[in-house]
Amino acid sequence: MDKQTKELNDVVIRFSGDSGDGMQLTGTLFSDTSALFGNGISTFPDYPAEIRAPQGTVSGVSGFQVHFGSRRMITPGDYCDVLVAMNPAALKANAKWLKKDATIILDGDTFDATHIAKAGFKTENPIEELGLSDYNIVMPDITSMTRDALEGMGLDNKSVVKCKNMFALGICFYLYNRPLEHTFQYIQTKFGKKNPAVAEANVRAVKAGYNYAANTHLFANTYDVKPSSFEKGLYRSINGNQATAWGFIAASEKSGRPLFCGSYPITPATVILEELAKRKDLGVKTVQAEDEIAGICTSIGAAFAGNFAVTTTSGPGLSLKSEAMGLAVMAELPLVVVDVQRGGPSTGLPTKTEQSDLSQALYGRNGECPMVVIAASSPSDCFHYAFWAGKIAMEHMTPVVLLTDGFIANGSEPWHIPSMKDYPTITPPIVPANETGEPFMPYRRNEKSMARGWAIPGTKGLEHRIGGLEKDSLKGSVSHDPANHQKMVDSRAEKVARVVDYIPEQEVIGDAEGDLLVVGWGGTKGHLLSAVEQLRDEGKKVSLCHFNYINPLPRNVADILGRYRKIVVCELNKGQFASYLRSHFQQFEFLQYNKTQGLPFTVRELKEHFESLLN
Amino acid sequence: MEQCKYTAADFKSDQEVKWCPGCGDHAILNSVQRAMAEVAGKDGIPHEKFAVISGIGCSSRFPYYVKTYGFHGIHGRANAIATGVKTANPDLSVWVATGDGDSLAIGGNHFIHAVRRNVNLNVVLFNNEIYGLTKGQYSPTTKLGKITKTSPFGTIEQPFKPGELVLGARGTFFARSVDAEVALTAECLVAAAEHKGMAVTEVLQNCVIFNDKTHAPYAGDKATRAEHTIVLRHGEKMLFGANKEKGLVFDGEDLHVVTVGVDATLDEVLVHDAHAKNPVIHFLLAGMQYPDYPVALGVIRDVEAPSYESEVARQVAEVQATAKIKCVDDLLRSGEVWEVK
Repeated sequence: MDKQTKELNDVVIRFSGDSGDGMQLTGTLFSDTSALFGNGISTFPDYPAEIRAPQGTVSGVSGFQVHFGSRRMITPGDYCDVLVAMNPAALKANAKWLKKDATIILDGDTFDATHIAKAGFKTENPIEELGLSDYNIVMPDITSMTRDALEGMGLDNKSVVKCKNMFALGICFYLYNRPLEHTFQYIQTKFGKKNPAVAEANVRAVKAGYNYAANTHLFANTYDVKPSSFEKGLYRSINGNQATAWGFIAASEKSGRPLFCGSYPITPATVILEELAKRKDLGVKTVQAEDEIAGICTSIGAAFAGNFAVTTTSGPGLSLKSEAMGLAVMAELPLVVVDVQRGGPSTGLPTKTEQSDLSQALYGRNGECPMVVIAASSPSDCFHYAFWAGKIAMEHMTPVVLLTDGFIANGSEPWHIPSMKDYPTITPPIVPANETGEPFMPYRRNEKSMARGWAIPGTKGLEHRIGGLEKDSLKGSVSHDPANHQKMVDSRAEKVARVVDYIPEQEVIGDAEGDLLVVGWGGTKGHLLSAVEQLRDEGKKVSLCHFNYINPLPRNVADILGRYRKIVVCELNKGQFASYLRSHFQQFEFLQYNKTQGLPFTVRELKEHFESLLN
Repeated sequence: MEQCKYTAADFKSDQEVKWCPGCGDHAILNSVQRAMAEVAGKDGIPHEKFAVISGIGCSSRFPYYVKTYGFHGIHGRANAIATGVKTANPDLSVWVATGDGDSLAIGGNHFIHAVRRNVNLNVVLFNNEIYGLTKGQYSPTTKLGKITKTSPFGTIEQPFKPGELVLGARGTFFARSVDAEVALTAECLVAAAEHKGMAVTEVLQNCVIFNDKTHAPYAGDKATRAEHTIVLRHGEKMLFGANKEKGLVFDGEDLHVVTVGVDATLDEVLVHDAHAKNPVIHFLLAGMQYPDYPVALGVIRDVEAPSYESEVARQVAEVQATAKIKCVDDLLRSGEVWEVK
């Protein structure tokens, strides 16, 4: 049988195995290879909260889904064309994500009685039990063949078995005609110096998998997925956490204020702190604090001392930071608090995504305590919104909450690298030295923005005291005067409200009026846009209004909402943004579409729901 | 070095001081203002480079009364906020005003970790063994058995000794004074400011309203203090008593009080070595309790170690010296990138 090559527009592969099987790396190598090849990509790592859950069980399955194609990919795909499952548990956990005609690649060595029982199958035939008999199943003995390929290298059994993910990767590379060079380079960089034998073993395993698939005609066809027609320029692959960290560094550079991050490790936000800790070359200072509270408090101290200060966390950490966020509001210091949302409440689902911290970000503090709230909507635009969060915080002397989520934080996509000359300068209201001898008024405000000045310790003649007690509206000294408190509460609210004059108007994707307006915010944009585009291709009058600026809302929102027959607010929570919109715009009816499974929406379920609303 | 000549008056703010009449805090304020003027002159620190950070509690109103940059924080967090201030701008002389509730209860975690990191802060720990601002509940330093509003039958909790906590957290500087000893407190605070690292000065402070005379048995008046406290100075014999007739000796296991010439010779009396790396004697000194021992005052421990913020700055400088990435544009183009033509 001659090999036939068919052309495809896009493909979804899901790599899955035990959490020690290296599936995250396998998936990343496949997606990076595809990105370098010029495909659009979008990825979705889906892993358990345990580092090494019991081997061979469903709870220990780690997955990595990559969607690649010959155009820009805006979601990692709902269902997969190819499932790589390194053991019966991985097959069991992921069978529900198969497309009808999917190919399933299994490691035959692991489909023995022990593994099958561990995965909790009732019969000895998992494929039949799951009803997968009609699928295109290939079941090479990956472990044994990896062992054969590495025979004579003198490696111990554990090191040999660890290479089986590379064998599987080789099979996938063959199936989709991918070049191998990137993977070889990566392996050399990672192991080459320290452990040349391991590097060699990994390279051999990739080649062995590739050659095995080629020589045995494992598949009836191979597939080409042509590069997409990206805009000219320089690209890189980036995930949301890295983009967030880099956006802050960009805001630091554009403001001339050194970047400081006080933080405490928490899933799924930790990578931001890790990325910033690497950047001593750019003068970034990081403090890994003793707890979440110290994370934000060191940052507040740094902001007082004149740094651009940020702190990073996820849901439970945001709860712990609440009191200190109030202090930042009261002290009117610039600060960005990043909340990479995960499933809650409490410890909840640490490695799964959700959008359920919106209410906490908006309201979760004592007193009248308004803050700017911004949400990023894709891995790469985390850079943009981290930058803008910094710009608003510093220019308006206010804390800002930047909401991302586990899905965009861990997901990656190709990013057209921007040039810093295209980003605006950030001009914080730094107060110059006061040589007049006149007393300095720390709470005097800019008439337009209402921001107070940033009087940085060390500057002559600006000695002043701030703190959590209510402040006199000019002097900043403690004041219990009733009228002054009213004035300060109003001023703090007005200052945040006036940020509306500095943010872009809300955009709508699709027609400016129609039958259905789909409303979303934050990390669900790719899925909502895909569903809306598919319906629009079918001639439906559906538009998408996707929010990034949440408090304050852009000024043209009411105007947009009034032009559609129905409005549906889609969120990965029980309706927090919908409630927020209702409180602002009581004249409209907001339908809701909500999901709290720790998973992103699927385009399919969204489309079906929108269709039902259109009928 | 800049010429920085100030007097204590230059550090007095225009705010009305609102502590109770007779409160020990008034004396501590005088000591701090005096110490700041002296430190500014000694180290050439201009007035605008002082910052006072506090948490919550009576003592934490302190920043309002000192004419420097000041930040009145939230309960327990003074040491964390101050860590941020000092790390962000190591040029500032950062002082922390905090109490036994603020730093040893709600802020205990930040306190021990700031000590462990050896952040170059000058912490003044007001220890009145009570919650004053909430009107008289017991604190982590309240003496065992004490009747307070929340311990109507006496406390059943062992108190912390702040000095033991500092040394247990591998602290590099600990001093102790009494509020009324304005000159001694100032002396300790100057030494604390000179110390490159986290310096904790515990001041035994009297709360006239809710815990009056808690320190009186050993620190009540000058005569009592002479008999029941010992002022330690590096390089000097450990002597106390009205005529310096008593001293401390060490038998290899514990400290003992001796009458010089009766129980031991002057030669046998310990010489205070505040710079000794080994903290064992410092630990014993910090733990001495009335009535068995005199309460130790003065600088008990003062050893050199790299401070946190200087290590942060050193790493940044070292990395930058050979860095390939000099700006954000370099960063964004680093690693694996590809061009679409």
